[in-house]
Amino acid sequence: MMSLFDILLSATFWAAAVRIASPLIFATMGELICERAGVLNLGIEGIMVIGAFSGWITVWAGAGLWEGVAVAMLSGMLFGLLHAVLVVPFGLSQHVVGLGITLLATSTSYFAYRLILPEVTSPPRIEPFAVWEVPLLSEIPLLGPALFAQTPLTYAAFAVAALTALVLWRTPLGLAVRAAGENPSAVDAQGLSVTGLRIGAVMVGSGLMAVGGAFLTLSAFSSFFFEMVNGRGWICIALVVFGAWRPGKAVLGALLFAAFDALQVRLQQTPVGQVVPYQLFLMAPYALSIAALVLMSRRAEVPAALMQPFNRGER
Amino acid sequence: MRLEPVANPSALRRAGLPAAALLATIAVASGLAAVAGADPLATLGLIVKGAVGSKFAALETLNRATPLIFTGLAVAVAFRARLWNIGAEAQLYAGAIVTVLLGTGAVGGPLVLPLMALAAMAAGAVVLLGPVVLKTRFGVDEVVTTLLFNFIMLLFVSYLLEGPLKDPMGMGWPKSAPLAKEARLPRIVDGLRLHWGFALALIAAVAVWVIERRTALGYEMRAVGLNARAARFAGIPVDSVLVKTALLSGGLAALAGFSEVAGLKGHLTLDLSPGFGYTGIIVAMLALLNPLAVVPAALFVAGVFVGADSMSRAAGVPTYIADMLLATSLLFMVLAILLIRFRVVRG
Repeated sequence: MMSLFDILLSATFWAAAVRIASPLIFATMGELICERAGVLNLGIEGIMVIGAFSGWITVWAGAGLWEGVAVAMLSGMLFGLLHAVLVVPFGLSQHVVGLGITLLATSTSYFAYRLILPEVTSPPRIEPFAVWEVPLLSEIPLLGPALFAQTPLTYAAFAVAALTALVLWRTPLGLAVRAAGENPSAVDAQGLSVTGLRIGAVMVGSGLMAVGGAFLTLSAFSSFFFEMVNGRGWICIALVVFGAWRPGKAVLGALLFAAFDALQVRLQQTPVGQVVPYQLFLMAPYALSIAALVLMSRRAEVPAALMQPFNRGER
Repeated sequence: MRLEPVANPSALRRAGLPAAALLATIAVASGLAAVAGADPLATLGLIVKGAVGSKFAALETLNRATPLIFTGLAVAVAFRARLWNIGAEAQLYAGAIVTVLLGTGAVGGPLVLPLMALAAMAAGAVVLLGPVVLKTRFGVDEVVTTLLFNFIMLLFVSYLLEGPLKDPMGMGWPKSAPLAKEARLPRIVDGLRLHWGFALALIAAVAVWVIERRTALGYEMRAVGLNARAARFAGIPVDSVLVKTALLSGGLAALAGFSEVAGLKGHLTLDLSPGFGYTGIIVAMLALLNPLAVVPAALFVAGVFVGADSMSRAAGVPTYIADMLLATSLLFMVLAILLIRFRVVRG
């Protein structure tokens, strides 16, 4: 099949894959940090929406792009704090509260959107992040355009992933966060606050999820649409499992996933796409996520205290 | 801070805390109205009036509550056994597809409606069976799989409506052919816009209550939900209980699709459900997973939606205030219910 080779050998395909992976990397790292500390965050989908909205509306109101990213991160941390307070000290169901946070963050974004722009039929556009080509490196065939001719937020996504791995595995703080998700009683016995560590991890993680959402408006689409996050948050939860709660593997998972996503878009243009209904291609990312979950389920090393509330009084 | 169990919660605690949660939600609503530049009291009044202020409004609320009772029951049954079915949306559409397949001429006769309902239930049950088998056989978390199935199902419906199920007389719109007249659920009272789907929903609520409280399966479902490991130790076949729970839950959610298509719309479109499957989670939680309480909870949630729609047209406060209120009421309510049994102490 000639066309498949043509696609796989084109620089634009790999550039697209890396671009599609970027928001997933931010949000997957965010969820990974939460879960490493022992907290499932199903607020991810809504937190990505509020990040996409708040970052975009900030830039639309006249602020700079990086200020938009900062506002997105803060709004994500705010909803993260709400989630953390309800599920950590109060120990409420992480499933129920997480879904509640998703609904709250999503509806808050839509409410604010209609409040600020009551009349518009199509959302105004902003000037998004421009591509920043790394001198020399971006001229490497195939790899150059894919990795070194991207927007600054894509570079930031990879930096965040490296930083997550570094902090979680190479610093005392990271050790404490991971221990809070594996053996909270031991953390407590060390005189550290499990509650504090978990709340902090959920806030930082939620901030990253929101930046992942902001990538969509500030780097990819330059506008805010309803339902633009479209299940990406849920896919990131699958990616955390697929990556066995390891940042490096999760980034690889995100890249693999994004490559398939970029591929299905391009396959729609080929002779195959004329025969097969386009909905089948669009289903592929979701079906792929389910397949990944099944494949990895046997080997997954779930943090031992994931979803287990810690109450000092109960020891 | 830490939590300390309250031995015998007083009646004041049991009634006062949920009431406080409701008041807190109303306070948030007032705040949101004020932010939107509207008079808070007038806004709340318009929501109530829009929900129950006239015969037309009240019937609209009952109609809107009908699918929510079904999805609320689906979620309540599943969550009771700690089966996290977040895929009621997909199961709803599975029911709707089967309803259209059978109701547009494939079968006829006096038994067509019960046949459609049963087939729809079977379809919804099968859709939930997939994630549950993945859970029991491979240990795959059903939260993510049921969520992802929602997206797959919606795309499948989109394919059907542009392909095999497309209405040839539909002027190119992606909608199915209309149901045959005998395949439509009749109205309960002539002239009043309320169909038998609502009565079916009430019957379903009672039936689920009976199953949960009066049968061995219900006992086993509750035992699995309380502590799966202990239940297994006590000899309860946990996996088979989960599968039975899934069949029931998926079937109930599918009835929402059946009732919307056969009772209200008469055909299938991509916007058949504005998230009834997800809203069912709120309904079930507000009902504390009690099947009978699902009915008033669904009426409340439907009232908020219908009322907010009508208020939005009159007062200009965005209609998304409804979703915000439901999300806050959910969070306040789960907190209130926890605080009935636990008090916060320092240290």
